[in-house]
Amino acid sequence: MSDPVLQLSGVAVEYGRRGQRVRAVDGVDLVVARGETVGLVGESGCGKSSLARAAVGLEPLASGTVTFEGRDVTAMGRRRRPASLRGLQMVFQDPYESLNPRRKIGELIADGVRLGGGSRKDGLHRAAELLERVGMPAAAADSYPHEFSGGQRQRIAIARTLATEPSCLIADEPISALDASAQAQIANLLGELTDDADLGLVLVSHDLAVVRQVADRVAVMYLGRIVEIGDTETVWANPRHPYTEALVAAIPRADGAGVLPVDLPGDVPDPASPPSGCRFHPRCPIAQDSCRELDQRLAPVAGREIACHIRAREAVHDHVNKASRGDAERT
Amino acid sequence: MGSTVMGSTVTGVLLRVEGLTVALPTRSGYAKAVDDASFAVDAGEIMGIAGESGSGKTMTALSLFGLLPNGARVTGSIRLDDTELLALTGKQLRAIRGRQIAMVSQDPSTALHPILPIGTQLTEHMRHHLGVSKSEAMAQAAGLLETVRIPDPEQALRSYAGQFSGGMRQRIAIAVALAAEPRLLVADEPTTALDVTVQAGILRLLDRLCRERGMAVIVITHDLGVMSAIAQRLCVMYAGRLAEAGPTSQLLARPRHPYTRGLLDALPHPEAGGALLVPIGGSPPSLGRVPGGCPFHPRCTYAQPSCATDRPDPKPIGEGHLLACPPDPLREAS
Repeated sequence: MSDPVLQLSGVAVEYGRRGQRVRAVDGVDLVVARGETVGLVGESGCGKSSLARAAVGLEPLASGTVTFEGRDVTAMGRRRRPASLRGLQMVFQDPYESLNPRRKIGELIADGVRLGGGSRKDGLHRAAELLERVGMPAAAADSYPHEFSGGQRQRIAIARTLATEPSCLIADEPISALDASAQAQIANLLGELTDDADLGLVLVSHDLAVVRQVADRVAVMYLGRIVEIGDTETVWANPRHPYTEALVAAIPRADGAGVLPVDLPGDVPDPASPPSGCRFHPRCPIAQDSCRELDQRLAPVAGREIACHIRAREAVHDHVNKASRGDAERT
Repeated sequence: MGSTVMGSTVTGVLLRVEGLTVALPTRSGYAKAVDDASFAVDAGEIMGIAGESGSGKTMTALSLFGLLPNGARVTGSIRLDDTELLALTGKQLRAIRGRQIAMVSQDPSTALHPILPIGTQLTEHMRHHLGVSKSEAMAQAAGLLETVRIPDPEQALRSYAGQFSGGMRQRIAIAVALAAEPRLLVADEPTTALDVTVQAGILRLLDRLCRERGMAVIVITHDLGVMSAIAQRLCVMYAGRLAEAGPTSQLLARPRHPYTRGLLDALPHPEAGGALLVPIGGSPPSLGRVPGGCPFHPRCTYAQPSCATDRPDPKPIGEGHLLACPPDPLREAS
């Protein structure tokens, strides 16, 4: 990890529910480097959005730390955020709700510049520039959000975050509310921005196919924890955690072959009473008795990290077998 | 073999839609949301209607149920067996809705009544259409919940929509639609709001119901992966008009309409590695602003001068394959 811009360690997020605390995120470590896109995937309720919101300070942390550009920014709470934190920005899911309908696009984008100490005039000038950068005509600055389609609004929302010259973007399902062709446009735009501006990007999505296209690394979450993390290529081509396997097998492929996707039975358990041991064991096809008791930790297996002691053990056996076979051949 | 409509011989046709046109009132007069759409669905078949928002796919579905917005003008013909649905009175339609044709909508959180127990919602149809007793209906309802794999059906019948997750609610909504054993199920984006794992379960369920009950399904979605998995035939709509229709395997493997090709290229391909996606330039036209000629021509990379003036009608180009693109630029590629 050459140049980490955002570092989460041991992050936990809790919500109160009738006096009982529910852990939505339970001890997650994640590092994002400049110019890198990390995809965060998982079913709804796995805590990926809570983790994203906690990273930018929209949810208080129950424990753990968030470090942005080498500075601990954990204890900020909901106070006014200092200028040094403007480099950490969020893109929201629904561009129909994230833009103020009563203000012109130019004003919306200029806010970012004004908060950074620039004048309104600077802001409006920058707004035109930024709109062109995200593939919109500069003249859009004089229009209102309702005049644009979903994909165009998401471009505007991205231009607004760029006004603060961020070094890290957190995008929470930025394309799932859009049409198929707009999805491709926004996915490409995010990819270009991370390359050109040397941005770190955390892309939260339930759509593995999109994450596969855009992300350098992917982290798979289940019930508040990361169960597999590694290079997108490695994880996709050969998923090792049984949950990742199930997610990949469940994606229907548009190849016209007429193959039904593989079903993962059961629902995500209630995070208020998570299963003991490995949290995936009630739905896991390879679960053994030990999975009920042993708490799983991420361990390196085949070029990525997974939280599954069964697969980790298999990998060690394979390795030993291969090594001994190699010895036998040599002698 | 009789005359063919989208590849199916006349025998076994359950629903036949011909020249369906739906015009909606806008500030500047009537605008066509669906423009001269024709297709047929066989019993036991899953047919897909694909397209982006504004392509007219939802309006097509609503017109089958007589549930179009106020002021909508419908012309053409929708025949279920020998019954012309567009000629029915409200009362006659009510006898068909739910009983013969049923609908599952996109949003599982609004499809169910929040303060009626699941059991009441499931048995309402049965008692109205099938005339069974309350206890008999409840027993059947429990069986239905088991079919859609809701754990502990007896308990679920007494529960409320809010007590279930999104995936379970959608499965319950499907159970409600199935309650009176309809012959045609119209599923409008049935899995769009759901996770892939839950989606896989629902797609398998729909596939099983068709095979076991001989039920026909119209699936409406922009997700070509979903189409590939379950639909035998596929209609691709653009701006209210049919662009291309035919066997799903053929359309997805060798698309002939530039719009079908564009939709496929915009998809992240699991096999394509980290290559850049190829979006279709521009966005679909809004209601009342549909361009003349071929409605897709302003976004089409293959457009010719004639495309801006001549409105193309779907023409057969092969066994059950219809194409509304006279230049047919992808003919060689296929």
